[in-house]
Amino acid sequence: MIELVVDDRCTRCDTCVQVCPTNVFERGTDGLPLIARQEDCQTCFLCELYCQADALYVAPNCDEPVAVDAASIMASGLLGQFRRDSGWNEWEGDPAHANLHWRMGELFARARAG
Amino acid sequence: MSLHLEADVLIIGGGLAGCWAAVAAARAGAEVVLADKGYCGTSGVTATAGPNHWWVPPDPEKRAQAVRDRDARALGLADPRWMARIIDTTWRTLPTLADYYRHSVTAGGVPHYQSLRGPEYLRALRRYAEASGVRILDHSPALELLLHADGSVAGARGLRRQGEGGNWTVRAAGVVVATGGCAFLSKLLGSRTNTGDGHLMAAEAGARLSGMEFSTYHTVAERHSTQTRSASYAFADYFDADGRQIDTGGNPDVTLPLARALLAGPVYATLARMPADLRAILPQIQPAILLPFQRQGIDPFTQRFPITLHGEGTVRGTGGLRLVDDDCQTDVPGLYAAGDAATRELIAGATSGGGAQNSAWAVSSGTWSGQAAARLASARGRRAHQGVEAAGGAGLRPTAGALKDAAALTRHLTEGVRAEMLPYDKILFRRGPVLAQSLATLDGLWRDARDRLAPGPDATARVRAREAAALVACARWSTATALARGETRGLHRREDAPGLNPDLAHRLLSGGLDTVWVRADGPAQRSPARRSNVA
Repeated sequence: MIELVVDDRCTRCDTCVQVCPTNVFERGTDGLPLIARQEDCQTCFLCELYCQADALYVAPNCDEPVAVDAASIMASGLLGQFRRDSGWNEWEGDPAHANLHWRMGELFARARAG
Repeated sequence: MSLHLEADVLIIGGGLAGCWAAVAAARAGAEVVLADKGYCGTSGVTATAGPNHWWVPPDPEKRAQAVRDRDARALGLADPRWMARIIDTTWRTLPTLADYYRHSVTAGGVPHYQSLRGPEYLRALRRYAEASGVRILDHSPALELLLHADGSVAGARGLRRQGEGGNWTVRAAGVVVATGGCAFLSKLLGSRTNTGDGHLMAAEAGARLSGMEFSTYHTVAERHSTQTRSASYAFADYFDADGRQIDTGGNPDVTLPLARALLAGPVYATLARMPADLRAILPQIQPAILLPFQRQGIDPFTQRFPITLHGEGTVRGTGGLRLVDDDCQTDVPGLYAAGDAATRELIAGATSGGGAQNSAWAVSSGTWSGQAAARLASARGRRAHQGVEAAGGAGLRPTAGALKDAAALTRHLTEGVRAEMLPYDKILFRRGPVLAQSLATLDGLWRDARDRLAPGPDATARVRAREAAALVACARWSTATALARGETRGLHRREDAPGLNPDLAHRLLSGGLDTVWVRADGPAQRSPARRSNVA
């Protein structure tokens, strides 16, 4: 579930508030997004994908909230990983992050072939 | 602030089917409003997935063969004519997205239209819908349908969870329900909003359902994670707590052996069989699958990690609203169903439509229903000034006075549904007496919802109350139908009735709110034998 908004990075653009499919966020009085309804988070990571400031961190546990340490997450290089691997925004056109989804069928085929 | 709109066509739901329906209606010349419970572009199970589509070139023999192969696995409940229709419509329709989605170009220089990455696909569909003139209402869940005195649909009403808030009312000549399947609040990826709202709204208006017993599909994910990625797990080996490998019988469907093992204790997996060249490009194929592993310091290719199975309910099951014609109209005149909200028995029978077939269904049923609703608007007009009645009941208008603590009752209902619809022993290994007990429990929950469930104090509480009522309704149709089908057929397995019963080689309809009923849909109900006549 969503666990962290990195205030220093957040540009107060409201995108996460808008794109979250389960309406988890609310704009706070200071413009920063609040995690208002964490229990509705479906751990889909799409808020991270849409956050061009790489200011959001979704913990992989979909069953219960977990404590996260902002400093170690900032240092981990995990912020923005999904957006980069997906080749969005400034990564668009970078061959290292080209969309190879069309090769998914190959996974099934080669798994079957053993 | 209340928002009152008039349109030719209202689409409820902005996932895969809803977007295609909106585009089709708008391109047919209709004025279209699309109301999404969340954000059109990230809503629905496809936005988190990577769908393939059933993709067969327009070669009559190839298409006939594809239909024959699939029909042979559908256990007598599918309709070859509908399969041929979706193959053809998908082939014609999917390439129209090319201005909004950057398709990969394969070796022969041919764009690869059929397999798309979910977030990019739905982002593209939103842009396509907007460019087609569709007016999108985000975070605007529908709560109930509006009906004319003659029983035909007149629009819908809902609320706006962001911006100015308040209620919305849209009057329209045709309404398409594209609210997805009902996943019973399992942790299936992308399914939090798939609570069967459209099923309930349509049933309140007089629609019937079909195939609700086929609601048992499950998918593997890392324990506590939502990442259900079948392609990567095709390489998985599974182990019990003592390190003994679990025999999955060489069958690609690992659900039953894994469910048995999970009922006995923890189960672990490793993806060690995935070859190095595929591991290297996996982030470019499925960028999300590695996130949970990396965030927990797990190397899935060398380590064993705990897994779970997420129930999919009717998402990759097949049950849903019954369709009465080729336009995907429901029993309610002017009300159409598209995508996973509709029954997919027509194309998948008693088995799962899986990813590719269900995606083709969403594209096609969306396209047909959108076009049909546009035609209806142009033929009959909007009738926007005739009086209408609101059809909603449970969770909106308690019949015996509202309980003060709506939140507590809502929790009681949703937890009650989860307790009947998610345990593997109740769903995957069904038994008559257990189903009967579940149904009695769910009937009690329905009475609570109908009598005492009030909308609650704010938008969130109002949506949750209505979701709870919808979950209970879907659980009852599903359980009652599973009880009535005293045999094992496809996705539906009865421990106390193994094997096919030839007397049950027909679809089962269900419906009803205060009293749930189930009955046969007549023998075979297949279209006249005009196999593979591709238009």
